[in-house]
Amino acid sequence: MSINTDTVLLLLGITLMYSTPMVFAAQGSVISEVAGVVNIGIEGMMTIGAFTGAAVGYFSGNPWLGFVCAGLAGAVFGLFHAFASVTCKADQTVCGIAMNLIGPGLALFLSRVFFEGATQTHPVTNKIPKLFGNQGLEGSLNNLNVDMTTVLALILTIIMIWIFYGTTWGLHLRAVGEHPAAADTLGINVYKVRYICVIFSGLFAGLGGAAMTLAIVPQFMPTAISGQGFIAIAAVIFGKWTPHGGYLACLLFGFAQALTVALGGGSFAVPSEILAMLPYVLTIIILILFVGRASAPKANGVPYNKGSRV
Amino acid sequence: MSLRKRFFSNPFVLTIIAIVLGFCVAGLILLAAGYPPVESIRTLVQSMIGRPKDISSVIIRSTPIIFTGLGVAFAIKTGLFNIGAEGQYVMGCVVATMVGSMLDFPKPVAILMVVISAMLISALYAGFVGLLKAQLGIHEVISGIMLNWISLYFSNWICGLDFFHKPGTIGMYPVNPCTYTMILPAWKRTEAGEAFMEQYPVLKETLGRTDVNAGFLVAVIAALIITHLLNRTRKGYELRAVGQNIHAARFAGINVNRSIVHAMMISGALCGLGAAFYVTGQSPHTVSTLSAFENVGFNGLSVAFIAFSSPIGCLFAGLLFGGLLYGGAGLQSKVGAPTEIINIVIGVIVFFCALSYLIPRFVDRRDAARLSKKRKKQMQKEMKKGGSNVN
Amino acid sequence: MAAEVSSKYAVQMHGITKRFGSFYALTDVNLDVERGTIHSILGENGAGKSTLMNVLYGLYQADEGDIYINGKKVNIKNPTAAIENGIGMVHQHFMLVENFTVTQNIVLGSEPTRGPIGLNMRKARQNVLDIVKKYGLDVEPDKLIRDISVGMQQRVEILKALYRGAEILILDEPTAVLTEQEIDELLGIMKNLVNDGKTIIIITHKLKEIQASSDTCTIIRRGKYIGTVPVKGVSEDDLATMMVGRAVQLVVDKPPASPGDVVLDIQNLYVKNEQGIDAVKDLNLQVRAGEIVGIAGIDGNGQQELMEAVNNLKKCKGRILLCGEEIQNKNPKYGIDHGMATIPADRHKDGLVLGFSVYENTIMEKYRTEEFSPGGRINRKKMRSFAEELIKAYDVRPEDCGPKLAGGLSGGNQQKIIIGREIAQEPKLLIAIQPTRGLDVGAIENVHKMLIRERDKGVAVLLISFELDEVMNVSDRIAVIYDGHIQQIFPHGTVDNRTLGRVMAGGSLEEAELEQIRKAGDANTAAGAEAEPETSAGPAAEEPAEAEAEEPVASAAEEPTEPEPETSTVPAADGGVELQNTEQMKETLAQMQKSLAELQKQIENMQKALAGMQ
Repeated sequence: MSINTDTVLLLLGITLMYSTPMVFAAQGSVISEVAGVVNIGIEGMMTIGAFTGAAVGYFSGNPWLGFVCAGLAGAVFGLFHAFASVTCKADQTVCGIAMNLIGPGLALFLSRVFFEGATQTHPVTNKIPKLFGNQGLEGSLNNLNVDMTTVLALILTIIMIWIFYGTTWGLHLRAVGEHPAAADTLGINVYKVRYICVIFSGLFAGLGGAAMTLAIVPQFMPTAISGQGFIAIAAVIFGKWTPHGGYLACLLFGFAQALTVALGGGSFAVPSEILAMLPYVLTIIILILFVGRASAPKANGVPYNKGSRV
Repeated sequence: MSLRKRFFSNPFVLTIIAIVLGFCVAGLILLAAGYPPVESIRTLVQSMIGRPKDISSVIIRSTPIIFTGLGVAFAIKTGLFNIGAEGQYVMGCVVATMVGSMLDFPKPVAILMVVISAMLISALYAGFVGLLKAQLGIHEVISGIMLNWISLYFSNWICGLDFFHKPGTIGMYPVNPCTYTMILPAWKRTEAGEAFMEQYPVLKETLGRTDVNAGFLVAVIAALIITHLLNRTRKGYELRAVGQNIHAARFAGINVNRSIVHAMMISGALCGLGAAFYVTGQSPHTVSTLSAFENVGFNGLSVAFIAFSSPIGCLFAGLLFGGLLYGGAGLQSKVGAPTEIINIVIGVIVFFCALSYLIPRFVDRRDAARLSKKRKKQMQKEMKKGGSNVN
Repeated sequence: MAAEVSSKYAVQMHGITKRFGSFYALTDVNLDVERGTIHSILGENGAGKSTLMNVLYGLYQADEGDIYINGKKVNIKNPTAAIENGIGMVHQHFMLVENFTVTQNIVLGSEPTRGPIGLNMRKARQNVLDIVKKYGLDVEPDKLIRDISVGMQQRVEILKALYRGAEILILDEPTAVLTEQEIDELLGIMKNLVNDGKTIIIITHKLKEIQASSDTCTIIRRGKYIGTVPVKGVSEDDLATMMVGRAVQLVVDKPPASPGDVVLDIQNLYVKNEQGIDAVKDLNLQVRAGEIVGIAGIDGNGQQELMEAVNNLKKCKGRILLCGEEIQNKNPKYGIDHGMATIPADRHKDGLVLGFSVYENTIMEKYRTEEFSPGGRINRKKMRSFAEELIKAYDVRPEDCGPKLAGGLSGGNQQKIIIGREIAQEPKLLIAIQPTRGLDVGAIENVHKMLIRERDKGVAVLLISFELDEVMNVSDRIAVIYDGHIQQIFPHGTVDNRTLGRVMAGGSLEEAELEQIRKAGDANTAAGAEAEPETSAGPAAEEPAEAEAEEPVASAAEEPTEPEPETSTVPAADGGVELQNTEQMKETLAQMQKSLAELQKQIENMQKALAGMQ
């Protein structure tokens, strides 16, 4: 394989495609963690979103309806996570793990109920449209004819950046994650902010799941979501808990996967399994080289206890 | 502390409450999906413990997750969240199979070699996570997740190597019989053995028809040993101190970094031990190419949470989990309800375990409210008595 | 008793009761604050002062009782309601988001907007500058909070309240982290605000401050209302008695030290802080056996890093010698094994494992000895008997706390466990960092006595504290740390708060002052030498000379040298505040006589004991 415009475009196209679900999930992780709630259940929320998106998309024939419903399904999971971790002040990691059990469990359960006992949905015929329509562009430029979800992921990131740094909401939610007591004394409702953030976290994760089953793979199946949620969490840490950092980190992981695909198709003597490890090995190397003791939001993972004795 | 509060603070009681709630939620979901909830759950329980064979199967099924549960629980006790148990278990399985398929030694030696190699690789794999945390501050959850995936592809890669791949299958060559850890695996296949078991239906049901193996016994012993290690030894004191308060431990002169690495290695070794006994004790005695995780390590997380990270508790929580997994298959074949309901049950149980600490507080609040009511009444009485003095 | 509801009071709280679970934090407490006055709330730590103010500020809801603002009954269900009622609060632990700017912190929660949710930072900045100008509070609006001084952080907190239109300002322990000069500044600000018609409530347990600042004072003890008194005409002792319910000894009573060999010798020490900047710079300090060296200084001048280096929690440059042996850049265990014991500043973070039983906490260092874990197995019997002894010896309560979790004990009792445990190490060097933080008066007295007892046993004691009074009362020598090095060393009783405060803020002393200190110091050590003839007077007497040699050429910070007249009302409570040689001499003489008498008594006792043995 020689490096030329075609390969670059190919790599770019695959990178954008693979990173899209992760970008949604990463924005979900950012908004929750910056507000001070660890959401390790992103993976489970993505799975339920992936199923809901495919199922609704299949039955209604409208991929956008599926996409929205997927978000709502994720948001419901977010609501449960918020209830447990904000109101009940439960251990957020344990709760997240519970989400990761319930999410896929429920998705497969419902799949069996609605699709004649199969753990996968029927292929969704009406997919999310491409940016330049389905007839596409000419030649290798068609690699840039990305899914609309990819564009939406970018728009979402830009909106998130604006919210974080350009609005009062952003100031509030960052304050809540850094110093909830300070925010509380200034009349900011810490519980409310955290609830909203965690629900949106679920919403974005659900959208990320649907971005997978409504655009990339033909249908929902048990392996549709396999680790993207966790990688998104790693991306957020790598991106230092910022929307843009998370976005770029996701692109990097997407690029690692694109390399896997591109190299695997070539005449390289590297076994595909070893190539498949690449994104994960890369993550660890990056963590070792660059992140180290990263600066998480100060109150991340710490339940805010209003009535506690100071 | 009131008696009621003490009762409701007992982890065992809390677990029972969580389990009951888990089944209630599952019942509701089944009902909504159009399956008879009561009958489904009865079928589930029946397929878990209905026959001696079932009980035996449940124990066999549970053994690996008890080990990973022990590993995770040990890590939690030492302040670490070993989400990498999955990868450590997978590595243990691969290495145990590699070693076991090449060995031809007398039984005890062969078993020992398989067990030690699996424990060693898993301990090193986990120790790497500990090292990253201790030296660089990389959170064990992140590195653990990455190493899980790496182990999955590593396992698949080994499966595909000519040297290990058994032609005509999707797996490796199984381990040699000299490493088997089943109880009397050869004898029960002999005529004498079959004739003997014919006299005892229970034996025939269990020993004869399932891979009864030494794994569960070893798990019990392991649980006892790590309980002792944690609570009664110098090392355990250090590990727990680091787990509960790393700053105070460092201040008191405990080598915190070394403790983290050691704790992770012990946790990993437990997962590896489980892997060794899975490969040597249960058919198909080998590892196959995986398309996704088999969740033995992840289920260990749930087991540890449900057990409130008590090693002894892990034995019971593991049995429950294994039972549900085994019974879930029966549920699907008999009632037709999807077996995934089991994951929902477990998830909900874990969810309520996370919330369960609220219960003692709730009891406390009710006690307090009652107390204050009493106080108010008393005050009112006093007011009435000395009514004229006030104002 | 509660005053009648009237509009002349800015705040009235009547019959306030607040429970946490089954614990009563406040029982039927009253507070009446006249408008345009400064009103103190006095009470020990844990008396419920902060809880009462948190109720007023809407952070907690009272279970019973009424609140009136300007004579009108109000329901303050959250801070927003408090802000609407013109109440602002400056918390003891500042409620500032560290990586936000000053402006962001001030406007947080009531930001000027552009459009429905857009943030208008330019207008925010202008608004902040406007109030800064109006009240003459000096802050830099674009700096991050973590980069500004504690004094400025406090001004940011006050601005936060004023920005929201506060008429009633609650200050929770406002002087705890300030230098004497910053305190003066704060008092000035408070006077300005009152002149502007604001009402100020300050929470404190420092008696001096009340007299310097307040018009009226309400005393709370253990969650109960004790009384309200005008500050004029009430003595400090009266207030103290009302606060604790019994007469307390405000000054530590101790015989002079008899220093022996150098135990801790720090030479040219450099330590970096988290940001990689040298926080300790060329620090030199010696601590001898049988003396207490107190390090006075404002938080953040290198105390933390110094402690971390000595405890081997951090790498450093330079040498740290413990009894002549280098201990730097090893590990914490090394220091402990060589005779060092430390009472950490943060007992919850560094001192105890709250999830361990009290038993287990008593053997945090000893667990690894063969005595306590022969062959690697913890000897639980030994652990229990050792812990029970410690519990008895240090009067840890409740008596049966041994098998219970350390997290369930009160702060004072937790501290007793740490002190007992560290002393049981039989150290050569005992380091105590903020050993009385968060303790009540009785407990503080106890801790000080224990430190002095260790000193008298021949232990070298290094005391690091931000409480000036503590350092002044307990130490035999006071080393002032400023900007990472020892600015000046004063022998006990040779310096007053004011001078010390000046040095702590980086100021230098006049030649005349140094001369006086030298003389006073000579007198002190001469007295010490006479009392203990065996000890040579050499080392201690040389100290002031050394100090002078070290005196840096700091000349810039000269402005705060003149004490302002209004604050000179701070009464001279403890022994050697007035710097007069004769007074000093008299006092040391008296002390000498006392210790002589004590010695004689001891000799008699020993003789008796000997006789008994024979």
